[in-house]
Amino acid sequence: MNWLDIGALADIPAQGARVVKTAHGCVAVFRTADDRVFAMDDRCPHKGGPLSEGIVHGTQVTCPLHNWVFDLTTGLAQGADAGGVATHPARVEGGRILLDAALLARRAAA
Amino acid sequence: MSQRLVVIGAGMASGRVLEHLFEDAPGAFEVTLFNGEARGNYNRIMLSPVLSGEKSYAQIVTHDDAWYAAHNVDCRFGEPVVKIDRERRIVYSNAGGVPYDKLLIATGSAPFIIPVPGHKLPGVVTYRDLDDTNAMIAAARPGARAVVIGGGLLGLEAAAGLALRGMEVVVIHLMGHPMERQLDPAAGYLLQKALEAKGITIHCKGATKAILGTDRAEAVLLEDGTVYGADIVVMAVGIRPETRLANDAHLEVGRGIVVTDQMVTSDPDILAVGECVEHDKQLFGLVAPLYDQARVVAATLLANPAAFRPVQTATKLKVTGCDLFSAGDFADAPDREDIVFRDPARGVYKRLVLKDNRLIGAVLYGDTADGQWFFGLIKDATDITDMRETLIFGPAYQGGASVNPMAAVAALPPEAEICGCNGVCKGKIVTAISSGAVTLDAVRALTKASSSCGSCTGLVEQVMAVTLGDAFAKSAAQPMCKCCDHTHEDVRRLIRSKALKSIPAVMQELGWKTAGGCHSCRPALNYYLLADWPLEYRDDRQSRFVNERNHANIQKDGTYSVVPRMWGGLTTPNELRAIADAADKYNVPMVKVTGGQRIDLLGVRKEDLPAMWADLNEAGMVSGHAYSKGLRTVKTCVGTEFCRFGTQDSTGLGVKLEKHLWGSWTPHKVKMGVSGCPRNCAEATCKDVGVICVDSGYQISVAGAAGMEVKETEFLAATASEAECIAIITAFVQLYRESARYLDRPWKWVAKVGLDWVKTQVVDDLATRAALVERFEVSQSVYRKDPWAEHAKPSERPNWGMLADLTLEAAE
Repeated sequence: MNWLDIGALADIPAQGARVVKTAHGCVAVFRTADDRVFAMDDRCPHKGGPLSEGIVHGTQVTCPLHNWVFDLTTGLAQGADAGGVATHPARVEGGRILLDAALLARRAAA
Repeated sequence: MSQRLVVIGAGMASGRVLEHLFEDAPGAFEVTLFNGEARGNYNRIMLSPVLSGEKSYAQIVTHDDAWYAAHNVDCRFGEPVVKIDRERRIVYSNAGGVPYDKLLIATGSAPFIIPVPGHKLPGVVTYRDLDDTNAMIAAARPGARAVVIGGGLLGLEAAAGLALRGMEVVVIHLMGHPMERQLDPAAGYLLQKALEAKGITIHCKGATKAILGTDRAEAVLLEDGTVYGADIVVMAVGIRPETRLANDAHLEVGRGIVVTDQMVTSDPDILAVGECVEHDKQLFGLVAPLYDQARVVAATLLANPAAFRPVQTATKLKVTGCDLFSAGDFADAPDREDIVFRDPARGVYKRLVLKDNRLIGAVLYGDTADGQWFFGLIKDATDITDMRETLIFGPAYQGGASVNPMAAVAALPPEAEICGCNGVCKGKIVTAISSGAVTLDAVRALTKASSSCGSCTGLVEQVMAVTLGDAFAKSAAQPMCKCCDHTHEDVRRLIRSKALKSIPAVMQELGWKTAGGCHSCRPALNYYLLADWPLEYRDDRQSRFVNERNHANIQKDGTYSVVPRMWGGLTTPNELRAIADAADKYNVPMVKVTGGQRIDLLGVRKEDLPAMWADLNEAGMVSGHAYSKGLRTVKTCVGTEFCRFGTQDSTGLGVKLEKHLWGSWTPHKVKMGVSGCPRNCAEATCKDVGVICVDSGYQISVAGAAGMEVKETEFLAATASEAECIAIITAFVQLYRESARYLDRPWKWVAKVGLDWVKTQVVDDLATRAALVERFEVSQSVYRKDPWAEHAKPSERPNWGMLADLTLEAAE
């Protein structure tokens, strides 16, 4: 897999998220309380809410518009809500956040 | 064939004996009841609220005429007994003799009078019965002066009652601190401070030399030469058992009438009960052991085996606003250890005295919720080795199987106080339950327990669970969210009592079931922590809902709206120009005037927020907190400045209120209004707090609503002074901050705690009001700041944009 350095772990607050703009839309990069990172599309399937602005709890995030809850590891909506968000491989190495370069490649291929 | 029982004295102890007798063996005795006072049995403990005017005599009657009639009691009230003829077994009053098979002496005690010169002057009263109380009430004119001699339980209650009636009160106390028999010096100090805050002067180490005056008491002279003027002098230095009848009848009398374990005197047909008895060389003055004695007396009369065993007693002071509890022995000694907890800011002091791994004494001041539990540990001599570390935090922290809270509740005596706000004891709740109140709401409706501050709700439910067993369905106590088992109220209480100062600490100590909580509990916890520990806790942005985290309101398309503050709805040409410039510069698609008298800039991109705020700051504007659970707006009309109807400067008051309260976080949003006259152009009467100006001043009403619910405000207070108006509103907001559940608007909170309680806290009780205002100010020293200015700093701005833009790299 091709990894892309998109910034420092310290740029994202613990239990928070920042947005990366990509060719196929915005991707939210989440940092959990225990410093793991997860990336998923920044768009709630319900009404398009910015998931990056949600409250991060454990490995879940709650959409700020209508409180849908998604699992960061699978992208699946929790509880009674059905649906999901696309997730993207992400990891931390030496304090840097690495994203799957496929997010970039798609644009190049297009 | 029923026996003839004659009872001398209709006090609380003999009253309890009769209750037991009529319950256990109806008709077994034909009862004649003599009483020197011209009335039957009433709750003497509640004389203090009668004195202060918080209760009426009718409310403290235990047995009324109907009760005596129903049990065929021959009542001889106002008819003192003058002689007991033991030989012929006849009791004499001045009206004649009544024969008995069994006689019960319950003559109680008489107040101790220090025989200083002047002690017989009119105006010198004791504090023992309703007549004394009425004498004090009659003398209590606002501004008149009272001197209370004696700083014990009774003296302080008398002092507080007289102070509540508007008198200037001085307490003369012989010892170094008040209530020295129940309190150690530290708690005594806190108590003295609290009483002095109520305007009561406490003169410790003061020995009374004489009461001065010619026709009536005019002043009190102390040994040290101090003279206090007095329109009334209350002697409350102590009591001694009333034993004259027993003495005359040649019963064995020591300090009191000597009784056996069965409560029988030296004459087998004569029993005695209450404050007049001496058992095992001990006298008794508190109600709990007297009730134990009463049970034994009834058993002995019915020839059932029973024995009186004195137990430790606990003391609670019944002075509104001074919460203290003491039990057991707390003198210093070499073989004892102390556990002390102090929270000076809250005026909380707790001290536990241990000996051989057992609790032998407890003094609680300021927070007495766990008093009964500690008392239980003392009485049962429980080995506390396993819970020593968390002991002082009370039963809530004794996890697992080591302490069963239900057992603790089951073990509480009927007179144990459950609801401190409304003075409801366990027995009353149990009675309500057995008369059919099986839901919390029903118990609340019948007893008022847990209907004020709500902090005892858990206890009330435990009483219900113990009483009803499986039939009890716990209804109202919804946990905060799925992450934990505690209610909002419990979490708040535990955050305070356990001094939890971070979200991880709360989650760890209170057993959160999820790793990081959820979107429901995290903002609530963040709020509770910053409200309770304003100086120590740092706001956790990541536990805030997006609007509060970003200090702007998110819109459906992910853009934000920006609302600068316009104090009291006032603006200037310069501000309007700056707003117009910002709207142009950041391509704001919609500019709208809000209902709260300010201007909303809608459709701003997140990355533009800090720069826009900096521009608005530049023109002197700050965040309007249009997004926060905090003070939103204070809507005003033009008042006396321009309006021909205005009665006060409503605009000015609105500006002052807004400048005073802005920035504070509250459980939910708070909107206010100030109208300059009853025409009410500012629509103040549907706000959380509304002020209507009138010729005579300001009428404050609260708990309105104009959202999904529409509700008119309810009257809280009227005042002629603008400063007092602001103080009352500040105290109201702080009380709301301290006791409401997160996301309850003030109208919901007031409905739960009751407007009466709110009134006592923020209107009537000046010391409580002052303390609330002070705590609000402590919090505002941190939060009365513009969050926009902070986030608009150049160093902060990168955080508001994208972390990376991969589309640019792809294009290269």
